[in-house]
Amino acid sequence: MHARNYWGKTLTTIILTIGGILVALPFIWMILSSFKDEKEVLSIPPTLIPKHPTFHHYIELFQNLNFGTYFTNTLIIVVFSMFGLLLNTMAGYGFGKFHFKAKEFWFIIVLMTMMIPGQVSMIPTYLILNKMALTNTMAGIVLPGLVAAFNIFLIRQFMETIPDDLIEAARLDGAGEFYIFFRLIIPLSKPILAVQIILTFIGAWNSFLWPLIVANDESLYTLSVGLSLLQDENVTNYGLQMAGAAFMVIPILIIFIIFQKYIVEGFNFTGIK
Amino acid sequence: MYKLKSKATPLFFIGPAVLLLVIFSVVPILISIGISFTDMNLIGLANWAQIKFVGIENYIDLFTDKVFIKSIGNTLFYVIIGVPLAVISSFVIALLLNQINKWLSATFRIIYYMPSITNIVAIAVVWGFLYNQDYGLFNYILSVFHIDGVAWLENPHIAKLSLILMAVWKSNGVSMLIFLAALQSIPRSQYEAADIDGASRWQKLIYITIPAMSFATFFVTVTTLIGWLQFFEEPFVMTEGGPLDSTNSMALFIYQEGFQFNEFGYGAAASVVLFAVIILATILQFKLRKSE
Repeated sequence: MHARNYWGKTLTTIILTIGGILVALPFIWMILSSFKDEKEVLSIPPTLIPKHPTFHHYIELFQNLNFGTYFTNTLIIVVFSMFGLLLNTMAGYGFGKFHFKAKEFWFIIVLMTMMIPGQVSMIPTYLILNKMALTNTMAGIVLPGLVAAFNIFLIRQFMETIPDDLIEAARLDGAGEFYIFFRLIIPLSKPILAVQIILTFIGAWNSFLWPLIVANDESLYTLSVGLSLLQDENVTNYGLQMAGAAFMVIPILIIFIIFQKYIVEGFNFTGIK
Repeated sequence: MYKLKSKATPLFFIGPAVLLLVIFSVVPILISIGISFTDMNLIGLANWAQIKFVGIENYIDLFTDKVFIKSIGNTLFYVIIGVPLAVISSFVIALLLNQINKWLSATFRIIYYMPSITNIVAIAVVWGFLYNQDYGLFNYILSVFHIDGVAWLENPHIAKLSLILMAVWKSNGVSMLIFLAALQSIPRSQYEAADIDGASRWQKLIYITIPAMSFATFFVTVTTLIGWLQFFEEPFVMTEGGPLDSTNSMALFIYQEGFQFNEFGYGAAASVVLFAVIILATILQFKLRKSE
């Protein structure tokens, strides 16, 4: 019985290892190819490890292409997305811990927006931005995705577990509503906020559709839009393409590997079991 | 009930988020429905007085538009092949991960989740290289086994499957975590009881694990289905719907009409059709779940 179990585990590990290599293959290939020169990257049979490793492509991204600007814009979007998370948190707290008129009605509206697919609201959202004269501005890129109903819902689920007495006691001590939110609620919400911060960061860093639709000037391009432009303009320069992709992907992978345990734990808050 | 100094306090907390959701989610749906009955385009955008009411003309045109019909067919193909593939593969990965020790499982979990957090354009760039007919790694590996190179993205039939493969690779992570959470919440005592009764691995899987996961499976299936009905980014960045519209999807059709041809009214009509399909599919799933 034990022997069978042992072989079962070994077989499982082997299958998972092969699967893992296949899943990781595009990443490995991207990183290795980004250090190959233009000839080597197209050589058949391909080399695995670069023969003459070069940083040339990475330097070119910043010297000849505008990756510095794209990087700055992407960071600006990340900062705004954190403001969006603050709004989500406020709304989650409002729905979770207050009683007010028409609360049910507004919460149902919030839940309903979860069912509206992005592509369905794409055209009218653009028309609204156009009417507000926000096309080709940073505000126009950021606003459509600033708040997310699903995140409000998750945060509210968490807020409901905070005891009312705690908030009540703070009020009796004379604390203002602002003070309670920032000094009591936010520190108590660390577990849910940790996962939200990471996922919001990743989402903002990766955002593609709205920057693409709204930004006309290259000065407003984000990394994803810039990378897509690079691909169109350097069709066969795969070394450069891989370097651009790696610059986009590796920071996120590092952040993810450091903080992944919060994401995994975060799935317990969804209550799907 | 506690007394607030001001009735405006809750409004202050929920106001900004709710306002933004209304402006960028609720209002757009209403506008979509509204302009789908008009001929709104670039001229109409500049001068609203130029917009004409055309009744259901857009909808009639849609269902005689060969590209749209093809997009519907392709979307169905994506859903029929992609959804079972995505659900089953993430389920199997979760099952396997649950059987090995914690440390290994945590390491593999990171690897299998990585594609989910990777930017779609970067994925398109890397997979475009892997799929390249002449210089790509995939065709080189095939040539080692003396198999002819495959036109991964150039052949209309294969291109759809290539996109599905890439999308499944990308989407497995999230579903896998949901399945893992569900697996870990099954009480150990059930398996121990089955062991005492001498149940085999298969029996345990079929009589304990799968029934205990029915809600998680339902949830993953519904969200995966909705996701695949909106299949957009993969064909958009990899093939732009080609070759010969063979990878075009309904969602991509909306984008093309709206932002490449500036036919806002016509595109909006297509988006209303997609919205209706998504709602119908969701209702159907819930009905099936109830009858079970």
